[in-house]
Amino acid sequence: MKVLIPSALRSYTAQAYAEAGGDTLAAVLAELDRSYPGIRFRMIDEQNRIRPHIRFFVDGEQVFDLARRLDGVQELVIVQALSGG
Amino acid sequence: MASENKGAAQRGPGTVVLLVATRKGAWLYHGDATRQHWRVDGPHFLGHIINHLVLDPRDGRTLLAAAKTGHLGPTVFRSTDLGRNWQEAARPPAFAPAPDGQGGRSVDHTFWLTPGHAEQPGVWYAGTSPQGLFRSEDGGVSWAPFSPINDDPQYRKWMGSVQDGTPDGPKLHSIIVDPREAEHLYFAMSGGGVHESGDGGRSFAPLLDGIEVVEGFDGSDPTFHDPHCVRLCPTHPDRLYQQNHCGIYRLDRPSDTWQRIGRAMPAEVGDIGFPMVVHPRDANAVWVFPMDGTSVWPRTSPGGKPAVYGTRDGGESWQRLDAGLPAEQAWWTVKRQAMTADSADPVGLYFGTTSGELWMSGDEGRQWTRIAAHLPEIYAVEVAMGVEGAP
Repeated sequence: MKVLIPSALRSYTAQAYAEAGGDTLAAVLAELDRSYPGIRFRMIDEQNRIRPHIRFFVDGEQVFDLARRLDGVQELVIVQALSGG
Repeated sequence: MASENKGAAQRGPGTVVLLVATRKGAWLYHGDATRQHWRVDGPHFLGHIINHLVLDPRDGRTLLAAAKTGHLGPTVFRSTDLGRNWQEAARPPAFAPAPDGQGGRSVDHTFWLTPGHAEQPGVWYAGTSPQGLFRSEDGGVSWAPFSPINDDPQYRKWMGSVQDGTPDGPKLHSIIVDPREAEHLYFAMSGGGVHESGDGGRSFAPLLDGIEVVEGFDGSDPTFHDPHCVRLCPTHPDRLYQQNHCGIYRLDRPSDTWQRIGRAMPAEVGDIGFPMVVHPRDANAVWVFPMDGTSVWPRTSPGGKPAVYGTRDGGESWQRLDAGLPAEQAWWTVKRQAMTADSADPVGLYFGTTSGELWMSGDEGRQWTRIAAHLPEIYAVEVAMGVEGAP
């Protein structure tokens, strides 16, 4: 599927969109990390928690569960939710 | 104790590079042999929070940078060509995953970096927020939890919760490797006290005797101890100095009891601060940067009049060293990693301020000049000498 990368993570991908596949959000992020080593840990901590300020939308719906199945999903949008100074 | 640099030949500084880590990136300042002219290289990692930038003294070219941004997880960047190119660590410091159903800790940021012993090339130690101790054996490419303390129930109790830490999170810092013995280690936690290992980190024990705590708390409990910065004298490794939340201390091993040498500071200035800087050769000479730790802890220069204080007699007496610094209305201070010394003779001293100014003295604190202004808040200043191949 198509994955929209937020600007803060484009130092990894060098482009706004990346391609990654998988049955679940976790699987897509794992494939993304294989293509762009290190990118997953900037979004997901060592306890498999989504970091603060990172949000995931699949075909327009916000997803909080890494185990969420992504059958038929066309696009994953990763958002860096800016806050603070 | 006799001064250990008496009779030392005058030593020029050669090339000097200041490694400046800030809330918004990193800068390198290259000094000439006079230490009067500085060339700036940066910003590196503009917008990233850089807590520490350290050169490996064993190879003179590998830089490690402890980084995160306000919105992404932490990482470590490394350069093997003095910052021309950077690569991200393959496995940054991260706690071990907790068993299912138990909320484990996650590293918010790596705060402190210490190169390993001279005879252990490639070994580095890292301290994190919340408090964790990590080690790399491959020059900072991959990191693993080090020693049992990260998950030890007793140590976890002493670390307290995130709410017990500094405003920027509780930290493990001041990781010290005894230059005589790679297995002999110290570290400090804010909060959580100073700890020592004689077996290469397989076990640690508190080293608290003589340290005061905030009135009303139990001084025998490491939880209530808040060391701000601990330094070991490089040419006299049995002597340590500590700037603590509750004063300035000296420890002479094999004693386990710290002596509060800050009692000799002027009462109107006090002995609260963050950094502690030791002389490279004279174990009786150290410098501190006092701050206002009264009432609500403004964490500014006392009275808006910044000054370094130095001692030449192990803390028996202190001298105010403020020539060249603003005489009034300067409300900045200096964080625990943001003051350091080079190894030239006379020693050069350097500090970076919370207001983004970089200051130096080429004569051991007698006269100060400003190298740079208008930088972001400075978190750390380290100095590297004799560096070859600077970009």
